Amino acid sequence: MTENILNEMNLITPVMLIPLLPLLGFFITSLFGKQLKHASGWIASLAILVPFICSAYIFMNTDAATSFEVPIFDWIAFGKFSIPFAFLIDPLSILMLLVVTGIGFLIHIYSIGYMHHDEGFSRFFSYLNLFIFFMLLLVMGNNYLVMFIGWEGVGLCSYLLIGFWFKNQSYNDAAKKAFIMNRIGDLGFLLGMFFLMMMFGSLEYKTIFSKASEIPVGNSLIVITTLLLFVGAMGKSAQIPLYTWLPDAMAGPTPVSALIHAATMVTAGIYMITRSHVLFVLAPFTSDIILIVGVATALFASIIGLKQNDIKKVLAYSTVSQLGFMFAALGVGAYKTAMFHVLTHAFFKALLFLGSGSVIHAMGGEQDIRKMGGLRKALPITNFTFLIGTLAISGVPLFAGFFSKDEILANVFVHSNIFFAVLVLTSIITSIYMFRVYFLTFSGEFRGTEEQKHHLHESPATITIPLIILAVLSTVGGFLGLPSVFHATHKLNAYLGNVVPSLSEHEVSHNFEYILMGSLTAIVAIIIFAVFNYFISKKNMPEANEEEMNPVGRFIYNKYYVDEFYNAVFVRPIMLLSDIFLVLIDKLIIDLLVNAVAWLAISLGKGARLVQTGNTGFYVFAMVISMIVLLALQFII
Amino acid sequence: MKSEIIFYLLSALSIISALVVVFTKNPIYSVLSLIVCFFSIAGHYVMLNSQFLAIVHIIVYAGAIMVLMLFTVMLLNLNKESEPHKSSLIKVAAIITGGLLMLTILASLKTTQLTAYSTPADLGLGSVQSVGMSLFTEYLLPFEISSILFMSAMIGAVVLAKKER
Amino acid sequence: MQETIQVAQNLPSTPQTWYLILSTILFSIGVMGVLFRRNAIIILMCIELMLNAVNLLLVSYSSYSGNMEGQVFVFFVMVVAAAEVAVGLALLVSIYRNIASTDIDVLSKMKW
Repeated sequence: MTENILNEMNLITPVMLIPLLPLLGFFITSLFGKQLKHASGWIASLAILVPFICSAYIFMNTDAATSFEVPIFDWIAFGKFSIPFAFLIDPLSILMLLVVTGIGFLIHIYSIGYMHHDEGFSRFFSYLNLFIFFMLLLVMGNNYLVMFIGWEGVGLCSYLLIGFWFKNQSYNDAAKKAFIMNRIGDLGFLLGMFFLMMMFGSLEYKTIFSKASEIPVGNSLIVITTLLLFVGAMGKSAQIPLYTWLPDAMAGPTPVSALIHAATMVTAGIYMITRSHVLFVLAPFTSDIILIVGVATALFASIIGLKQNDIKKVLAYSTVSQLGFMFAALGVGAYKTAMFHVLTHAFFKALLFLGSGSVIHAMGGEQDIRKMGGLRKALPITNFTFLIGTLAISGVPLFAGFFSKDEILANVFVHSNIFFAVLVLTSIITSIYMFRVYFLTFSGEFRGTEEQKHHLHESPATITIPLIILAVLSTVGGFLGLPSVFHATHKLNAYLGNVVPSLSEHEVSHNFEYILMGSLTAIVAIIIFAVFNYFISKKNMPEANEEEMNPVGRFIYNKYYVDEFYNAVFVRPIMLLSDIFLVLIDKLIIDLLVNAVAWLAISLGKGARLVQTGNTGFYVFAMVISMIVLLALQFII
Repeated sequence: MKSEIIFYLLSALSIISALVVVFTKNPIYSVLSLIVCFFSIAGHYVMLNSQFLAIVHIIVYAGAIMVLMLFTVMLLNLNKESEPHKSSLIKVAAIITGGLLMLTILASLKTTQLTAYSTPADLGLGSVQSVGMSLFTEYLLPFEISSILFMSAMIGAVVLAKKER
Repeated sequence: MQETIQVAQNLPSTPQTWYLILSTILFSIGVMGVLFRRNAIIILMCIELMLNAVNLLLVSYSSYSGNMEGQVFVFFVMVVAAAEVAVGLALLVSIYRNIASTDIDVLSKMKW
């Protein structure tokens, strides 16, 4: 026990350093960006590397039973109510710290190469550092309010980075869309916090979770609270119906898409639900909703992915779809599995985005896969790593995505057959569109212009090294969570076991596990062959424009017209309403009132001006009469 | 009894001369009757045993101020003809207002609690000696300041009346 | 002691209230004059009349209550009045030089 406390004392400094350094990096790069020029990239990377080392140090020196708090200061305190600004260090937050700082560091290094020619180089890195700071607050806070600071902060950074090239109006619109969509979710989160405050009188995890054990399962208040929290997660993690911002968010620079919109920020919702699993276990109804939303999102997003031609859009929809998988896992109570998928997804989706960034870099900004092809020879490292990413996301055995996805499928199967079938279908569609992108980009013949062909080159080392590291992680990351059929320990489950205890995990039979793995592998193999045959051997191309598509294809290509639907149902009426308010309330009533006051003052002044005749005799008269009145008042009153 | 008669006479003289000041059309007559009025007020001062003030009053007002006024009137060549004409409505209004003011002041005095003094309690207050003692001891500072006021007034008068070049 | 009685015999036996009424009348005549006349010099004279009405009142109070301050105050009022007349007349002269009139109704430059 004594040893343990000493141990924790030693860890306080690294814990403090973790959020402090990115903040410091943000100030340095934003204040001295002009002087530092390209050095700011290295400074910013260093500001993430040290926290990563600290996280690793903490990871090494703690075990699965660790759970301690590092108070910084009393933030809000009045009466019996108090909210400390404190950090919670336990396996779950350590895992997230490692993911955020580790992948964050790789993406920082990558950005040095990717953003080298951009004029906003230092600004970009200051935003990235700020993002990492808020993300660390989000995962380290020991109460919901600190999490909420991080939650809002990453939303802000996401807005800033999506609109990074703010001279382009459509990018600005995308940033605003992301911000507003997130705001809807944030409102849910905020209301959820109010409910928590009302029910438990505190926002600290410790207090809430210990008090929550007294509440019966299915209590209506807790159902409402968890639903509101889920709305928050929906906004941040791009679930139906708040998912449309994520594909648009691809307007930002590619490293941003990789870091924020694939690996870290969008998984904040999953982290939040896992963190508060105690509450969600008490609300089976909410869990059902989460499962339905997750599965539906996974399916719909993957179908859209089939018809997209922008390489980043495909990846964006695949992110939405994979997030749907994670929520499905949350919905069936497999919180650890969801975190496992968060981890592996962070590896291979960051890899895919960075790979696509490398391709876009080489193509001189071209993102349309119809104009690529045959890049295998020009970009060997990118090709190889992208292939690994594709294999990982498609669930080819031994790669990271295989184990985590398989675990989700098994967990959902125990819960419901229908959802299991839908998810399997989604998984198949996922491999179809991913291989479609891969083959169209890297195989066949080059379809771009001569100039682009001349320009093709492998990216610099700052870009390729992160790709290689992520490729390795995508390959071996899955071994952290070997299923029981392989008679190995599930390391991640063991590690997270103390934070998220195993609840009602029915183990599927080993036979079923074998059948599932085998059949999925076979299906993926068939798909690879079929897709290769269709696009490369037969040289079929995606339709050049909308008119050539059949109605179903067009429907999917236009993302089921969801954006148009939202426009018609929400945006237009609000615009109309605000127009009405503008004309009726603002212009008619408020302006009238204000103008009336001004008019009154003017006309009173005009009237009072007449008294000022300038005639001295009149003034004297007025003075004497006033004197009389004053004296008269003295004896009247 | 004797002093009462003197009081009535002096009062009548001062009121009549004041009225002449207001109502005569010739500015010269106004000035002259005002001098008469001031003399009668000086008489009141003597009656009140304030010999020093009475002397100063005659010197300052009758001797200095009124002579200055007379000079100005003559210098500007003001006479009956140059007197600006006011409409009779304003004249009636002025008389009514003035009378009203007097009535109001008297009426308000009635309601005010006054210390009724029937006889003066004189202890040689008005003599040159006592006023001088008071001025040069207790009120030395205001006295000196008033000399500065005089100086600035003198400079101001010269500057204002000087012909512009 | 002898001297004091001597002085006291010379004192008026008129009640102080009479002086009050007299100075009120003089003051009101002054006000009336200010309202009645348009000649600026006459108005100045009427103001002097009002000042004197007040002075008379002050002296009467001083003398009846046996308090020195009233007379000193009157002295200062005279000082100020002398200064005022000097400046006022200088002003009038310079005005007359500009507009060839001392009619206050012509002086309507105070209108903005």
